[in-house]
Amino acid sequence: MEAIEQLHARLSARFPDAAPTVVLNPGPAAQHSLLVPATQARAIAEFLRDDPELQLDTCSNVTGIDWPEREVTETVRRTVTEPPAADAPPGTAPAAKVVEEKVRRVVPGHLEVVYHLYSVARGHGPVILRLRTGDRGEKVALPSLTPVWRACEFQEREVFDLFGVVFTGHPDLRRLLMWDEFRNHPMRKDYVEPDDYEWEPTPHDRILAQARRHYPVPPTGSGEPAPR
Amino acid sequence: MLGTGLLHGLKVTARNLVGSFHDPARMVTTQYPEERTRLPENYRNFPFLLGDDPADPLGTLRCVACQICEKECPPQCIYIVMERDEKGKAQKRPKVFDIDLSVCMSCQICVEVCPFDAIKMDQEFEIATADRFTGLLRHKEDLARSNAYYHQLHPTEAAAVDAALAEQKARQAAAKAAKAPAPAAAPPAPPAVPPTPLPPAAPAP
Amino acid sequence: MNPAAPPSRAGASVRAVQDPFHGDLLEVSMGPHHPSTHGVFRMIATLDGERIVRLKPVFGYLHRNHEKLGESTSYLASMPYTDRLDYLNSMTNNWAYALAVEKLAGQAVPERAEHVRILLAELTRLLNHTCLAGFLLQDTGCSGTPLMYAFREREAILDLFEALSGSRMMCNFQRFGGCRVDPSPAWMEAVSALVGRYDRFLDEYEELITGNEILLARTQGVGVLPAALAINAGITGPMLRASGVNHDLRRVDGYGLYPRFPFRIPLGDHGDTYDRYMVRMLEMRESLGILRAVLRDLPGGPIIDPKAKLRGFRPKPGEAYGRIEGPKGEIGFYLVSDGGPNPYRYRVRPPSLINLTVLEDLCLGHTVADAVIILGSIDIVLGEVDR
Repeated sequence: MEAIEQLHARLSARFPDAAPTVVLNPGPAAQHSLLVPATQARAIAEFLRDDPELQLDTCSNVTGIDWPEREVTETVRRTVTEPPAADAPPGTAPAAKVVEEKVRRVVPGHLEVVYHLYSVARGHGPVILRLRTGDRGEKVALPSLTPVWRACEFQEREVFDLFGVVFTGHPDLRRLLMWDEFRNHPMRKDYVEPDDYEWEPTPHDRILAQARRHYPVPPTGSGEPAPR
Repeated sequence: MLGTGLLHGLKVTARNLVGSFHDPARMVTTQYPEERTRLPENYRNFPFLLGDDPADPLGTLRCVACQICEKECPPQCIYIVMERDEKGKAQKRPKVFDIDLSVCMSCQICVEVCPFDAIKMDQEFEIATADRFTGLLRHKEDLARSNAYYHQLHPTEAAAVDAALAEQKARQAAAKAAKAPAPAAAPPAPPAVPPTPLPPAAPAP
Repeated sequence: MNPAAPPSRAGASVRAVQDPFHGDLLEVSMGPHHPSTHGVFRMIATLDGERIVRLKPVFGYLHRNHEKLGESTSYLASMPYTDRLDYLNSMTNNWAYALAVEKLAGQAVPERAEHVRILLAELTRLLNHTCLAGFLLQDTGCSGTPLMYAFREREAILDLFEALSGSRMMCNFQRFGGCRVDPSPAWMEAVSALVGRYDRFLDEYEELITGNEILLARTQGVGVLPAALAINAGITGPMLRASGVNHDLRRVDGYGLYPRFPFRIPLGDHGDTYDRYMVRMLEMRESLGILRAVLRDLPGGPIIDPKAKLRGFRPKPGEAYGRIEGPKGEIGFYLVSDGGPNPYRYRVRPPSLINLTVLEDLCLGHTVADAVIILGSIDIVLGEVDR
């Protein structure tokens, strides 16, 4: 199967106004992926499925990933020109010095859907596609690839259920694993679980924190909260 | 002829029915609890703490309360509090060592990560109780067992552990003898159940 | 027209314009508490008389947020949780996860460990297909006999797993870089003995049931899956091969040391329930061939890579997708690492869930009894579907 760079070149030639970008995978697995813009995603998917050399006729895995917004501190170097001092002789050139300062910026969050495509006819793969939403709040719509590969049907429903990505064009977009009236999306990183504290004799971490909220004064002894 | 498949099938069931009265391969039911099948040596179900002295396993626990098993346990069913003296100095003994057996899934990861061979897997499974919250909570008194018990349960594994511990002690004694000015004799090879006073100070995990 | 209304007395010459018996569609909820749904699985079947016109599966009754737990547990601690995904085949789940982590971290595996992994995977395949043979026939209504014969042999394999890893089903056996326990020569003897007598069991089982006319009538032509739909819907495993598609990851990916052990791949002609059953019976015989070859060629050496880390395992940032041919289909793990001790994203590709995509297509036009058999031939385990 052709390397990712050749595939990228072919796709860019075919879809010039919505070219995908190569996302390199830094680890030893070297499974690089293509970031595909949402507008042409379905056309690109159909091309990948029907292309005689690739014949990626099955989608093996659809995964949702939550990337919340994070703050990044970068060191930025700037050259600052200072005007000459008031008592310097006239005609002195302004002094230039390099100043380093730390700039904080917020990288916006998004949701990502990763598709692993394989070919049964040719026996090669994977070709990995990534689709990203605009943000984690309002702009969470992505085109569904279920009309292209039926295998995405349940998996996209699961990504909708657990992450909140709305797939336009999906034949039956409902919750899959949670019940229909459930609110919120459990796999997101900022999901707060409901406080369903029940006494445990060996509490750790989250349960211990909940225990302290429910029983502020622990009894003397091993430090465990009082039993029911 | 229609029905030959059915007749072949009935022949097989007849063979099994008749065989179940005399052929051991067809008598597969163990009449529990009157009969019990022998468990294999490797069988694991719920951990126990190892103490060296058979007369007082609780006082001679190998555990130093390093809390590695507590951190690595997937369902986090272990709760350890280190013993400290009046000044707050750590005593390398657990004051509290609780395992909640209703949470424990017998995955054996605590045994694998323990650097001191202080926790091993038991084979008890007949521990049903009516108390939902504390009936299956085991404290260190209930968990302490002696090395002799370990030999009874898992003889091959126990022999290997004892050999490794003896080798480690011999190496440490040899290193100490090499550093000491007066030559000190290396200790003799210990018997199968060595009377160790306290666990040796093993290197950092 | 209200079917509950009393019949008209206008005389025998008057015929009803609307036949009351074909007025309404009946919705049957084959609910989560059901002995034949292989777990807590619900099918809402809409029936027109006896024929199914719509079938919606409902999942989530066994959802244990395994993927979210994976984000807060270390890589090693997730291994016992993978046992509980497809709880009948814990060894292959473990291998798929270990393979994905080894790809993520670039970890090598010694030869002896690879041989032992193949051995255990093929024993698991025997286990699973025997289970399916028993359960499928139980679903047809055989009320126990083939099931108990199958489970008698299954117990022999589970006893082997218990002797090796300490637990019948939740083995927690594979580690990143090899296996946890080195099998002893005595254990290998026991495996050889089992492999030696398994053929006779399969012969007896086939004599019992494969030629049975009732089984043939109930399974042939029922739930036909066309190959093109199977490929497009991501179906994998024996279900795909029963539709005639030659796709076995042991051949295609060649993971582990499978390329060294030749075996045949049984394919079905029609893609119906009977083909799915027969493909599994034939695969069992091929597995026995692989087992004999592995037992003959098993080398010595370490059972786990000496450089493998048990504690403090932090793969470099990156991601990896590793998959194997499990007995139910392609089981894969997709792991995203951010350099920490826990994965950033831990995803299981469940073959049972994806094989259920075509459940409605297969069941349309059949009766409820056929729907039960079709579900049985898809071979699902709810632990994997719902995770």
